[in-house]
Amino acid sequence: MRKPPIRWHILVFLAPAVLVYTAIMIIPLFNTLRLALFDEVDRTRVFVGLDNFRTLFGDPLWSDAFLNALGNNFWFFLIHMLVQNPIGILLAAILSHPRLRFAALYRTAIFVPTILSFVIVGFAWKLILSPIWGIAPGMMDAVGLDDYFLPWLGLEGTALTTLALISVWQFVGIPMMLIYAALLSIPEEILEAGECDGITGAAAFWKIKLPLILPSIGIISILTFVGNFNAFDLIYAAQGALAGPDFSTDILGTFMYRTFFGFQLQLGDPHMGSAIASAMFAIILIGVCIYLFGIQTRMRRYQF
Amino acid sequence: MSMKKLGAGLLATTILAGTVASAQDVTLTIESWRNDDLLLWQDVIIPAFEANHPGIHVEFTPSAPAEYNAVLNSKLEAGSAGDLITCRPFDASLALYEDGHLADLSDLDAMANFSSVAQSAWQTDDGSATFCVPMASVIHGFIYNADAFAELGLEEPTTVDEFFAVLDAIEEDGGYIPMAMGVNDQWEAATMGYNNIGPNYWRGEEGRLALIAGEQSLTDEAWVAPYRQLARWGDYLGRGFEAQTYPDSQNLFTLGRAAIYPAGSWEITGFNAQADFAMGAFPPPVPNAGDECYISDHTDIAIGLNPASPNAEAARTFLEWVGSEEFATIYANALPGFFSLSNFDVAMEDPLAQEFVSWRGECNSTIRSTYQILSRGTPNLENDTWNASAQVIRGAESPEDAAARLQAGLASWYEPQQ
Repeated sequence: MRKPPIRWHILVFLAPAVLVYTAIMIIPLFNTLRLALFDEVDRTRVFVGLDNFRTLFGDPLWSDAFLNALGNNFWFFLIHMLVQNPIGILLAAILSHPRLRFAALYRTAIFVPTILSFVIVGFAWKLILSPIWGIAPGMMDAVGLDDYFLPWLGLEGTALTTLALISVWQFVGIPMMLIYAALLSIPEEILEAGECDGITGAAAFWKIKLPLILPSIGIISILTFVGNFNAFDLIYAAQGALAGPDFSTDILGTFMYRTFFGFQLQLGDPHMGSAIASAMFAIILIGVCIYLFGIQTRMRRYQF
Repeated sequence: MSMKKLGAGLLATTILAGTVASAQDVTLTIESWRNDDLLLWQDVIIPAFEANHPGIHVEFTPSAPAEYNAVLNSKLEAGSAGDLITCRPFDASLALYEDGHLADLSDLDAMANFSSVAQSAWQTDDGSATFCVPMASVIHGFIYNADAFAELGLEEPTTVDEFFAVLDAIEEDGGYIPMAMGVNDQWEAATMGYNNIGPNYWRGEEGRLALIAGEQSLTDEAWVAPYRQLARWGDYLGRGFEAQTYPDSQNLFTLGRAAIYPAGSWEITGFNAQADFAMGAFPPPVPNAGDECYISDHTDIAIGLNPASPNAEAARTFLEWVGSEEFATIYANALPGFFSLSNFDVAMEDPLAQEFVSWRGECNSTIRSTYQILSRGTPNLENDTWNASAQVIRGAESPEDAAARLQAGLASWYEPQQ
């Protein structure tokens, strides 16, 4: 029996993606992991094994900053899960209502902030919320809520939540679009069959549509998780690399940036920076694995 | 044979022609964080140099101040940095020199025009090598709205008590925010706050050097007292100062909405262009009447040579010119508020700049306490001072707690303080 011929076309078609992805993603990733195992002593790079990680998790100086950033990051993620995704689902449910007028207009308007640059969003909101020039104090004054205005971005207790909500405002379009697409793909026959059984309106959403869009919600959650734990730009644009006030908005991304590249008189330390980057990678990897093996495999799928 | 010779001759002339042509067309690029000065370099400084040095073109390519160190380090590592590098004072530049990213310039003739104090910010610890040509220092103090002071019948305060009396009077009148400063960006709190008023308490160089030597500590009264004064500032900074940024403060002052601005002299150019009222300046008030006064006259900016530059010869020519009297005069007058560090007696026209520089005669000069040696370790004392000063002004941390935290951080890595 003849061996089947090597199917070269598979290799040829895969090659561009594999090569580009390897060059700009895989190699830098492993190089960062490798860099985390070195340190600079007397201007030469020496292998120190896991020493950088021991410092990061063992030395209170580093571990306090790391835990602070990690905790802030979880809060940032939690706000997104509790605010962004439910609102996204709600908006999608409203948009997919057949009798809603101007649906395309709303869809576009809500999605537009997603394509804006972080820098524009950061500065625009900083101006909106500015206690000096912002329109927020004026608007609140107009409805008699003047006393409730605070310089939210400057207060330790509110700065991180404010930034998380700004990020929610920017990205709420993404879950909305994904869920909207999932809702549209639900066949009419199923809904009609439900109607025959007396399930209409809100009940139809909870009992038929929601179970059918659960896989999409799962994907959105994991995208939110990865996006939030890689976040950096918005905090940097709004609060600077020191993530004030008193590091209350410091997340892993800004902590890594400060350490890796240095800040003002603090010189950059690529090795500790890589150790933090590796820790971020591990956290995201664990999160994604929990989702993939713990949740996604148990999720029921329906074929129409 | 003749063909060979001819070929060699042709080759030689081509190479020669090539080098001559490139010598005619050298372009030097300057890395800098002074993006505010882009127009001045392009319109005034560079044309003045190019007029006398045909064949050398200079390009000024600044990046944002907060990102400069990170951007520059990355560029140097990657070998894509410009020929000339604007030097931050002390350790940032020292580290670049030790890593071979700045050339030794001790043999430059122009170095003779600078005192050893001026050079100290860009020297090795033992003073054996100087690696940047000093350009300018900045002086701290307070700029005030002279029209507002006249309107309210206020005088320049000389003591801390008078200072707070003036602030109270402005507050009472209600027409102006007493002082324009925010803590959102943090650095103003340390630079225009702590290191502005501090030298009067720790007696300038005396306290600064004692701190480096380990004879004083940050929990001593002289180092905590400035925080006590800062803690009182919060009441006078206007509503929402917690989220007020540096440009917000500048605008509040130049729009005439705030009466006093804790300043660095680098603000003079911008303020002259923006403000349409008369301005004056006073040095940081002393704790008790009759005390000797101290000012922060900080060695701020210099320029060095990237050893990897292919145009080192032209770059050295440029650096010699930077050390000349011509440059000192052009720079000090083009950028009032950046005071020449050279020994030349530079005449300045701007009255506000003259006011600032006149304090050099009345008070003792020092530099920012955290810059030399003390910000070498982790945690970084300068960055911690930003945080602590902002926290104290915000009222979120007591002066004593802030000082204790800074001292603990410093002692954790700096042997003389252990």
